Amino acid sequence: MDRRTESELVTFLLNGAEAAVDPVAGERLSQSLRERLGARDVKVGCNAGDCGACTVLIDGAPACACLVPTQQVRGATVETAAGLTATDPDGVRLAQAFLALGASQCGFCTPGMVVSAVALLRGTTAPGPEAVRDALGGVLCRCTGYSKIVEAVVAAGQGRETALPPGGRVGDPIARVDGGAKISGGEVFGDDVAPPEALVLKVIRSPYSRARFRFGDLDAYRARHGLALVLTAAEVPGANRMGMIPGYIDQPVFAEGEVWFRGEAVAAVVAEPERAAALDLAEFPVEWEVLPAALTPEAARAPGAPVLHVPGNVMCRGRVCRGDAEAGLAGAVHCVSGRFRTAFVEHAYLEPEAGYVVPAPEGDGVAIHACTQAPAMNREALASVLGLAPEAVVIRPTAVGGGFGSKLDLSTQPFLAIAALRLGRPVRMAYARSESMQSTTKRHPSDIALEIGADAEGRITGLRFDGVFNTGAYASWGPTVASRVPIHASGPYRMGGYLAETAGVYTNCPPAGAFRGFGVPQATIALELLLDELADALGQDPLAFRIANALRDGEPTVCGQVFESGVGIGACFEALRPGWAAAWAETEAFNALARAEGSALRRGAGVGAGWYGCGNTGLPNPATIRAGITRDGRVVLHQGAVDIGQGSNTVIAQIFAEALGVPVAAVERVGADTDVTPDAGKTSASRQTFITGNAAMRAGAALRAEILRRVNVEDARAEIVPGAGGLEVRRGGETHAVPLAGLEEDALGYVISAEESYDPPTSALDADGQGEPYAQYGYAAQMAVVEVDTRLGTVRPVTITAAHDVGRAINPVLAEGQIQGGVAQGLGMALMEEYLPGRTENLHDYLIPTIGDVPEIETILVEVPDPHGPHGAKGLGEHALIPTAPAILNAIRRATGAVLRQVPVTPDRLRAAILAAGEGA
Amino acid sequence: MVEGARARVVAGGTDLFPQLGDRLPDGDLVDLGRIRDLNEMGQCPDGWLIGAGTTWSEILRAEMPSGFDGLKAAAREVGSVQIQNRATLVGNICNASPAADGIPPLLTLNAKVILVGPRGTRRMDLPDFLRGPRQTGMRQGEIVAGVLVPRGVCERSAAFRKLGARRYLVISIAMVAAVLRCDAAGRIANARVAVGAASPVARRLPALEAALEGADAAALADPGFVRPEHLAPLAPVSDVRGSAEYRCDAIAELCRRTVLDALSRSPR
Ligand SMILES: Cc1cc2nc3c(=O)[nH]c(=O)nc-3n(C[C@H](O)[C@H](O)[C@H](O)COP(=O)(O)OP(=O)(O)OC[C@H]3O[C@@H](n4cnc5c(N)ncnc54)[C@H](O)[C@@H]3O)c2cc1C
Ligand code: FES
Ligand code: FES
Repeated sequence: MDRRTESELVTFLLNGAEAAVDPVAGERLSQSLRERLGARDVKVGCNAGDCGACTVLIDGAPACACLVPTQQVRGATVETAAGLTATDPDGVRLAQAFLALGASQCGFCTPGMVVSAVALLRGTTAPGPEAVRDALGGVLCRCTGYSKIVEAVVAAGQGRETALPPGGRVGDPIARVDGGAKISGGEVFGDDVAPPEALVLKVIRSPYSRARFRFGDLDAYRARHGLALVLTAAEVPGANRMGMIPGYIDQPVFAEGEVWFRGEAVAAVVAEPERAAALDLAEFPVEWEVLPAALTPEAARAPGAPVLHVPGNVMCRGRVCRGDAEAGLAGAVHCVSGRFRTAFVEHAYLEPEAGYVVPAPEGDGVAIHACTQAPAMNREALASVLGLAPEAVVIRPTAVGGGFGSKLDLSTQPFLAIAALRLGRPVRMAYARSESMQSTTKRHPSDIALEIGADAEGRITGLRFDGVFNTGAYASWGPTVASRVPIHASGPYRMGGYLAETAGVYTNCPPAGAFRGFGVPQATIALELLLDELADALGQDPLAFRIANALRDGEPTVCGQVFESGVGIGACFEALRPGWAAAWAETEAFNALARAEGSALRRGAGVGAGWYGCGNTGLPNPATIRAGITRDGRVVLHQGAVDIGQGSNTVIAQIFAEALGVPVAAVERVGADTDVTPDAGKTSASRQTFITGNAAMRAGAALRAEILRRVNVEDARAEIVPGAGGLEVRRGGETHAVPLAGLEEDALGYVISAEESYDPPTSALDADGQGEPYAQYGYAAQMAVVEVDTRLGTVRPVTITAAHDVGRAINPVLAEGQIQGGVAQGLGMALMEEYLPGRTENLHDYLIPTIGDVPEIETILVEVPDPHGPHGAKGLGEHALIPTAPAILNAIRRATGAVLRQVPVTPDRLRAAILAAGEGA
Repeated sequence: MVEGARARVVAGGTDLFPQLGDRLPDGDLVDLGRIRDLNEMGQCPDGWLIGAGTTWSEILRAEMPSGFDGLKAAAREVGSVQIQNRATLVGNICNASPAADGIPPLLTLNAKVILVGPRGTRRMDLPDFLRGPRQTGMRQGEIVAGVLVPRGVCERSAAFRKLGARRYLVISIAMVAAVLRCDAAGRIANARVAVGAASPVARRLPALEAALEGADAAALADPGFVRPEHLAPLAPVSDVRGSAEYRCDAIAELCRRTVLDALSRSPR
C-alpha cells in the first residue's frame, strides 16, 4: 500500500491547465485550490460537506472540495466555477441565465450551484424542476429561496441564450450591476482578500456557558509553538467593550476572568499559516472552573441567579399603551389567548465571518477588509476598542456573503486589528462554521403571552401582549428588539384598547441581536395564530376577518401615528383573495379523498400578515450619497449602502441614474470605503431603498442641476450623455458639450460633484409609546398551502403566495428575490430551525431549508405609493419573512386541528399536537 | 496492512474530515482509492460483492437484482450528490454511526463483512462487526475489503424508507429497510425488517418479522398493524432530531409503509 512520503507532488488538470501542489498530509482540496493555486472562486462555507459552496467537478462528478484529500485528485480533471463559466458551453449558458433571472443574490452559494448544474446539464437534456432540485440538493442558499435558481437552470437546460433584461430606469427588472463576478466566483468576500502568506489568527473560546478561567504560562506556550503573538484582554489597547447601542456597550473583546456564554472569546493566537493549521487549540493553557449558568429568562430572573450586568438581569423594557386594554378585553364577546415560544434562530448566511487587517504604513492606524453591514458604526466601535481616533481606522468592506442582521456587529475585526497593530503586520482570519454559530448573534428566543378580544361583529376591542426576549449574555441589538416589538405587536390592524410590554433578559446564552425583523416575526406568530382562532370563534373566514380589521389610511396606529396615504395592508389581502377561495376548495377536496382512501395526508390553507417600520425607531437615521463627474466625463457614484445580497448596489444606482438622467450602465460605483464614501447608514431595518434611495435621488438631481447650469439649459427633458472624453447635454436637436477640461479637480478627482443627505421625518416616543416612530411602513400578506403527513408529523409546503406592498418596485426582479428569500427563512423558522448551544452548532445538525424544502413561491408586488419613499418605494427586507411562519402554522392547523404554540414545528412536536387534538389515529 | 498506529484509512473522507473539524489529521492518511482490488463490485460465486472502494453513486447506477432495491433507495438519500459521488458504503459501516443509512438494508440482506489484515482474510456477520456506536470488530492493522451479500436473498423484493426533517442533506430521524419473500397469493412467506437510528446499533425486528409471516397488503392496510411489542429490541433516545416517544410512534408507521412498498414490488 502506498504511504504518503513527505514531499510528493500532486499533479492534476485544473480548468484545463496543468496544476501541481505539494500538500501536507490530509490537506483538503479546497485549501490547496484556494491557498496554493489561487482558485478563490471555490468558496468555503462549512468545511464539512454540509453547504456545497465548495463544489467542484472531479472527473466530471460534483464533489465537496472540503472533503477530498488533495492526494485523491492526482491525475484527475478538476473544474471550478471560474473555468466553467468562462469556457464550458453549459457553464456559459448557466452564467447568463443566473444573471438575467436574478438567481444570485449575495453570490456566495452561486459557484457551487453553477458547478452542480453544469454536471446535470452535461448528462441530461432539458431537465425539469424536479431533476434540477435533485442535482442541486447539496448546495445551500440562504438568500434566494431557490425559486430563481431552479428557473435559471431549467432555462439554461433548454439550450437557449437568456438575454439580459433591457433598460435601467426605475421600475426595470435589470440584472444586478455586480452580478457577473458573483456567478463566476470572482467576487471578493471576507476570506478572499488576504495573500496566502498572511499571518493567521485563531480565537480560543469557552466550551462552557459560564465559567471562571485562569491562564497558564502563555509565554512558554507561545515560544513552544513558535507563535507570533498571544492576545488576551490585557492586550486590548482601548476599551475592552463592544456594542451597538449607546448605553449598552457591554461585550468584551476578550472575557476577563469569567465567561458568560459558550463560545465567548478568552484569547487569540497568531502564527504563520502552516503553524496555525497544525495547532490544537485544545492544548491552549487555560483552566476552567465551571459555574452554574442561567440559560433561560426564567432561570435568569429566579432568586440566586448569576448577575449579568444588572441585578435581576432585565436589560431593558419596552412599552406601548393606547386606550384601555383591560377594559377592551373585559368588554369583549370573544376572547382568545395563548402562550407562545420561539427558539434561537441562526442567521446561517453561507459566508462565515472573515477579514484581513493591514496596519497603516506609518504610525497608528489600520485598514479593515472584512464583511460587514455597518461600516461607519464598525469604525467608531473599533476606534474605541483600539484607543484610536476614528480617522485612523479605515473600513474597506469586502463583498458580504449574506448578513441578515448579524454582520452589523463586530466579529473578526477587533481581534485582527489588535493583532495587526501590535505586530505591524497584516493578519487574517475566517471563522470556522461552528465558531460563527457559537459566537455571533442570533434571533431572540421569545416567550409571549397574548390575549385578544373582539365584539360580536368581530371588531378587535382589546389586546394585551407580554413578551420576554432572551437577549443572551450581551446586549447587542436587544434594546431595539424590546422597543420595536410593542410597536409592531398589533400587526397592521385597527385596535381597541392596547397594551404591549416587553422585557429583554440577559442569560448565559450567545448574544441575541439583529435578525431580519428585530423580534417582529416572533410577535407576529403569536398574533396571527390567535387571529385565526378568533375568526373561528366568530365563525368568520380568516381572510375576511383580517380584511375587516385591516388598518386604513387616516386611522391611527397603536402609536397614535396617522398615515393619510400609503397604508397598503388592505391591498395585500385583496391580492390574496382569489387564490384563497381556490385554495380552500382544493384542500377540502383533497382531504375528502384522503379520508375516503384512508390516507394519512391532509392539506390546509392558512394566511398570515405583517408590517414593518422602515428605519430607526423614533431616532435620526440619515444617509448621505456623494457623486461626481471626472474631467473625462465619467459619472461616479459613491454608494455607501452595503449590498449584502439584497441589491442596494443596483437599486440605488437605478434611482440615482434616473434622477441624473443617464443610463444606469454609465454610472461607475465606488463602495462603502470609509475614506472616500460618506456614511449611508447601516444595512438593516429595511432602510436602504427608502432612506439611501432618497439621498441618491437628491444627489442625482443636484448633480443634474449643476450640469445643466453649466450649459445654461433648463429643461426637464434634457438628456445627459456621458461619452468617451466628455459629457454632453442634448435637448431637442441641440447638443451642448459640458466644458469640463478647464475645471479644477477636487480631492477625489471630480470637477463637478454633489453630496446630499436624507433623514426620514420621525419623532421620539413618549412613555406610552405614542409618537411617530417611522416615516413609513411596508405591508405584507401571505398564504400557504401545506400537506401534512398526520401519522409522521411531517409537513410539506405545497405553495406560498406572497403579496407585498413595496410602494413602488424599483427593480421587480430584485424585489421578488428578496421576498422569496425571506419566505424561505420564514419557512425554516416555522418548521426546522432551532439553535441549541452545544448541540446544533454546525449546518449538519442545524437545519435550514434546502432546495427541496421550499415550494413554488408566487410573488405579487402590490404598489401603494408612500409619500416619503423615492418614487413611492417602501422598504422590503424584513417584511418578506414576517408573515411566512404564521401562514404555515395556520395552514397546519387547518389541515390537522393541531393547536400550535411553539416553533419550530418539528415532526415530533407536530405529531404530539395532532395526537393531543385527537386527530392522529 | 495499515502500518503505524497513527495512520488512518480514508475512503471518501465524508465521515473522516467532518470529524476532524478544522484541524489536520495528526498522522498519515492511507488512501483506499489507490488500491484497485477494492473497487470491484459484482457477482461472485458466493453472491454479490461490494468492494470497499464502491461509492453510493456507483451502487445507484449499478445493475443489481431486486434484493438491492432497498440499498439503492438508501444510496439515493445519503447526503447529496456531492456526498454520494465520493462516500463509500463500506466507509458508512466502518464509521458505525447509529444513523448510518447503509446498515439497515445490509442487515436485511444478511451481509457479511470481509476483513483483510496482516494475518489474512476473515469474514464476519454484520451484526457481529457492529459492536456499538462507532465501534467495530476491526482489529489493529485490518481494513474492510468489502461486503458480501449471500446468493439467497439477492432476488427478493426490498424497500427502504428514511424519515428526516428536510428533503436533502439530512441525517435520519429513523430509517427502515425490509426484504421480503412472498408466496404466489401475495402473502409474506419470509420477512426481514431492520431499523436504524433507534438503538446504539441498527437492529432487526424478530417479533415483527414473525408477525408479518402470512400477512398480505390488506392486513397491512391497518394503521395499527405494527404494535409496540414488535419494536422490542429498539431503545430510541431523545435528541435534537426527535423525542424517544415520537421515534417509536413514527417507526411503527414507517415499518408498515416500508413493508407495503416491498410487497407492492414483489412479483406475483
Ligand atoms: C454532508 C453529509 C451528509 C451525510 N449524509 C449521510 C446520510 O444521509 N446518511 C448516512 O448514512 N451518512 C451520511 N453521511 C456520512 C457519510 O457520508 C457516510 O457514512 C459515508 O458512507 C462514509 O463513507 P466514506 O467513504 O466517506 O468514509 P470515510 O470518511 O473515508 O471513512 C469513514 C471511517 O471509516 C474508516 N474506513 C473507511 N473505509 C474503510 C475500510 N475499507 N476499512 C477500514 N476502515 C475504513 C475511516 O478510517 C473512517 O474512520 C453524511 C456525511 C456528510 C458530510
Ligand atoms: S465548504 Fe465544503 S461543503 Fe461547505
Ligand atoms: S445567494 Fe445563495 S447564499 Fe447568498
